[in-house]
Amino acid sequence: MASDAQILEQYALRPELSGFSRYRRSVLNFLRKKPLGAFGAAFILLLILMAIAPGLFTSANPDVGQVRDRLQGPSAEYWFGTDQFGRDIYARIVYGARTSIVIGILVVAVSSTIATLLGIFSGYFGGWFDILVQRLVDIGISLPGLIFIILVVTTLTQFPPDFLGLSPSGEVVMRISVALGVLVSLGSSRVIRGATIAAKQNQYIEAARVIGAPDFRIVFVHILPNVFAVVLVGASIQIGSAILIESSLSFLGYGVQPPTASWGRMLTENREQITRHPHLAIFPGLAIFLTVYSFNMFGDALRDVLDPRLRTR
Amino acid sequence: MQRYAFRRLILMVPTLLGVTFVVFVMVRAMPGDVIDLLAGDFGAADAEAKEALRKEFSLDDNVVLQYVRWLGNILRFDFGSSIISDRPVLDELQNRLPVTMELGLLAIFFSLLIALPVGIISAVRQDTPADYIGRSLAIGLLAVPGFWVALVAISMASVYFTWGVPPKNYVKFTDDPIGNLKMMWFPALILGAGLSGSVMRFTRSAMLEVLRQDYIRTAWAKGLRERAIIVRHAMRNALIPVVTIVGLQLPVVVGGTVIIETIYSIPGIGRYYISAVNQHDYPVIQAINVLVALVVVFANLGVDLLYSVLDPRIRYS
Repeated sequence: MASDAQILEQYALRPELSGFSRYRRSVLNFLRKKPLGAFGAAFILLLILMAIAPGLFTSANPDVGQVRDRLQGPSAEYWFGTDQFGRDIYARIVYGARTSIVIGILVVAVSSTIATLLGIFSGYFGGWFDILVQRLVDIGISLPGLIFIILVVTTLTQFPPDFLGLSPSGEVVMRISVALGVLVSLGSSRVIRGATIAAKQNQYIEAARVIGAPDFRIVFVHILPNVFAVVLVGASIQIGSAILIESSLSFLGYGVQPPTASWGRMLTENREQITRHPHLAIFPGLAIFLTVYSFNMFGDALRDVLDPRLRTR
Repeated sequence: MQRYAFRRLILMVPTLLGVTFVVFVMVRAMPGDVIDLLAGDFGAADAEAKEALRKEFSLDDNVVLQYVRWLGNILRFDFGSSIISDRPVLDELQNRLPVTMELGLLAIFFSLLIALPVGIISAVRQDTPADYIGRSLAIGLLAVPGFWVALVAISMASVYFTWGVPPKNYVKFTDDPIGNLKMMWFPALILGAGLSGSVMRFTRSAMLEVLRQDYIRTAWAKGLRERAIIVRHAMRNALIPVVTIVGLQLPVVVGGTVIIETIYSIPGIGRYYISAVNQHDYPVIQAINVLVALVVVFANLGVDLLYSVLDPRIRYS
């Protein structure tokens, strides 16, 4: 007859119950069942490739233009036309993908890490730690959105330009991403805290505690895989909104500085000419739209596949 | 209910203290001193004059002391004066707040006008082409940058049609309501369309949940017409949670007004804020941040309380 410990082990500690392995199969199902999500994923991969190796997509220099070719409409030579300095808009969009993608991914990396740690520990331990963290989160989510972000981004410009030892544009991107990531994380930590409290009620958590598993092990082996779907789905949708916020900031003049290509910036730079040359507005805007749309579609499909409980239907 | 509201109000105190303090410290940490800008204007760049200016605005004290003093003033509704123009911030806000509120409320109105019908039809005709179009529209609207739509509309407007062009002079609602609305409806529509995406999704899921309830099946079984079931029975319950999302969107609305006001030259809070940030006008930046934070915090409480008024099944204790 099996001992109590064996029974508990059978139910509580079997690796497939810990959750990670079921994701691999889900991903394969995903491509088949969610064509729009798969389209989003494909477009995202294309963007990532653009961000890593823009040279594959265009041989033109995004920052230097031919003045005699300024303000041309789309043509065989300039697919999306040229701007007021004669720069190739297609090349600038290709290079601008790096700004958007890097900021999107960095923001989400920062915010998911902080949100997961805060949310899990706050939900798992409860007590005074939870109360303290939740008051901090209250403050964070009451800060007035874009208005506060503009203030933060302005404040960050006072650090010396080589504060983090990166290139000038990398420096700005990094600062915006970390600031946005921290601000976004507070709100999403509350969602993860909720998921943690729900996961804590599971019997196998109790079982793990009975056989003497330390808190650390319970949190990372049992709770984390449970809330992982929430984290992942939140992250994929947040990338889209982070990219939108970056383009709004750049549009208002608080984002990356010239000559770095940024889609939002391209729209301000050419604002005076847009009336007579609509192609200046159409292409950068389409780039932002398609990118955010792809991330949202992907995130939506991911949610349906990974966590049926979260499904909105 | 009263006890719950009271407890929430008490909890609001530390939150608001925290928010104001974070804003206050952030503003002080802004690079480039407002005094430098001001001294430059007067041509008095020497250290002594700057020191005198700094004393005048009491910027030389400890930050905590400055904060406590400022907080005391705020509690007496004294938001101070702009360092740059010396005009009382409150006066300026009184002129501009109605403009931004009008834009925001109109935007919310348009957002509901678009989102509710689409969301409801999407739910009622689940998994039909109408539903797919509605859902794609919702996700599409979430992804469109409002400032892009505004820019393209302006560029098209000046060529193909006459409305939607940023006005040369702003007309006050109190002076000429029709002229004012003619000017505001299009920016508000753009802002509202951006907001409607999430409301649409929310409406759809709330509606789907309600449509599966027993009492809806009973209504069908009684032989009621579809119209009566949807409008009189399902919608009433489904729209309650939609109140929440509208309340939670308020910070987004404010952020959106900043951008739209900049593009359409509407003299509201948003444009005032941008110019204040560029000039490091501390009192103005602080006042607007605190004002918006107050709106957000009270709107959240308001939504929670309204929720239990609208839905008697929800009781807070």
